[in-house]
Amino acid sequence: MDFITAQNLVFRYIDEDEQVNTADVKNVLDDVSFTVKKGEFVALLGHNGSGKSTISKHLNAMLLPHSGKVYVNSIDTADEDEDFTVRRMVGLVLQNPDNQLVASVVEEDVAFGPENLGVEPQEIRVRVDNALKAVDMYEYRNQPPHKLSGGQKQRVAIAGIIAMEPSCVVLDEPTAMLDPKGREEVMSTIKKLNKEQGITVVLITHYMDEAVDADRVIVMDDGKVLTEGTPQQVFSQVELLKRHRLDVPQVTELCYKLKARGVDIDTLCLHSNECIEMLWEVLK
Amino acid sequence: MREIAFGQFYPGSSLLHKLDPRAKIIMLIAFIVLVFCTANYVSLAVVAASVLGIVLLSEVPLRMYFKSLKMIIVIVLITSALNLFYGTGEPIWQWGVLKITLSGINNAVFVSARIICLILISSVLTFTTSPNDLTDAIERLLKPLTVFHVKVHEIAMMMTIALRFVPLLLEETDKIMAAQKARGADMESGSLVQRIKALIPVLIPLFVSAFRRAYELAVAMECRCYQGGQGRTRMKILKLRKRDYLSCAVVIILIVGVVLCNVFLPQTVR
Repeated sequence: MDFITAQNLVFRYIDEDEQVNTADVKNVLDDVSFTVKKGEFVALLGHNGSGKSTISKHLNAMLLPHSGKVYVNSIDTADEDEDFTVRRMVGLVLQNPDNQLVASVVEEDVAFGPENLGVEPQEIRVRVDNALKAVDMYEYRNQPPHKLSGGQKQRVAIAGIIAMEPSCVVLDEPTAMLDPKGREEVMSTIKKLNKEQGITVVLITHYMDEAVDADRVIVMDDGKVLTEGTPQQVFSQVELLKRHRLDVPQVTELCYKLKARGVDIDTLCLHSNECIEMLWEVLK
Repeated sequence: MREIAFGQFYPGSSLLHKLDPRAKIIMLIAFIVLVFCTANYVSLAVVAASVLGIVLLSEVPLRMYFKSLKMIIVIVLITSALNLFYGTGEPIWQWGVLKITLSGINNAVFVSARIICLILISSVLTFTTSPNDLTDAIERLLKPLTVFHVKVHEIAMMMTIALRFVPLLLEETDKIMAAQKARGADMESGSLVQRIKALIPVLIPLFVSAFRRAYELAVAMECRCYQGGQGRTRMKILKLRKRDYLSCAVVIILIVGVVLCNVFLPQTVR
């Protein structure tokens, strides 16, 4: 079942007061269509300015397309009365963990979302505890956020979203401001939520390595969908990606280069252990 | 820079830490009134003794209290000196226009004792109550004002956000100062005017970033379905317990005692 359907999205930033020739304004999103299935882990890849962050805000009705439609669980995001229904189903985690935490105690921040939804106090307590346990931050529940590391703050932000019990979590470059350790923490949390709790995940990123474990990858370039498919399908199109100044995971690139040199490799690997095994086979 | 302890909460588990923050705020207000009601040495002694008792009960190290007293010691000295020389009646000691009278001495003692009591008792509140509990209690205490269209929830939300962002902005100020120093900004020498001027390259980026943060925070809050105070619930429910009622009763007895002292004993100050 398709949980999110985006049909022919067009979006541009225009200052409505100014008399601008609309033909001069570049579309940030230009005829973008894709779907996300329930329980799926989709990675949205692209450069800065490729329109991928703009998409994230379309998925929870923070932005509305100029033309085209977004349906979340068959609800049209353009329907103003349904704004909060959509936002309750699709939680958005932003890039900067500092600017999305509201309260100065971890557990109170996680409670912020359910409080807004008018959930009963006892129920909020349960949800907050569960959410904090799900992201492994339970023992930090009484800490102030500014004493936590970047990765920990971002996990608290994720807990704040899942305490609202959304069906889908959209993460807009959640690891961009983190160190490698924080990135690892956040990525394993995201994968865990998808696998164990069945939450649909849309991960927006420009790190190719983070997209490798997704069920499906959508590559954006210049406001358009460049290609989409399983990570295997997408990253085997090395020439296409290179032409659009996009990278492929390091292992894939290694396989690609070896293949170009005439080494006998049939598939391009995505994970380093796969690659090691394959090279072992070749070298034997 | 990081030294500024905002709210100065000192975590602990004393009786005062456990009291309902609303009860504490009301008792603080009662005490402030009480301190100004002292009219003779007996009532002053009663109030001062109970303030000291409360300070000890808070189980907060005394040096914390000395720290907060240190900041106002100059004010205490100036006001008591002024009061000392502005008394009326028979001078006990005179030198030119400066004269000290008995009423002057009394006034000076009362003024300084009152200020010290005020600082101590309000420090007890901030030391034993977490900033979050404090804003929570203020929101609930002011709730009746919504009848007069006072935006109580919004005020409390602003306080919560301010508490959250103060440490963040302090950290940012440090960073910007370091960045500007790295480009050769001189902030430590020159006249006062020059030094204040040198702060402008720190303040402007700080403001710009504060606005950017505010925008992002607003987006994040909207993503989390924030729609103002309407229909919002809270995770923590404040509940008045026996200990809250008991401590309020003690404060009421104290008030009655002080009033009786004032009525039946001669008044030293007006």
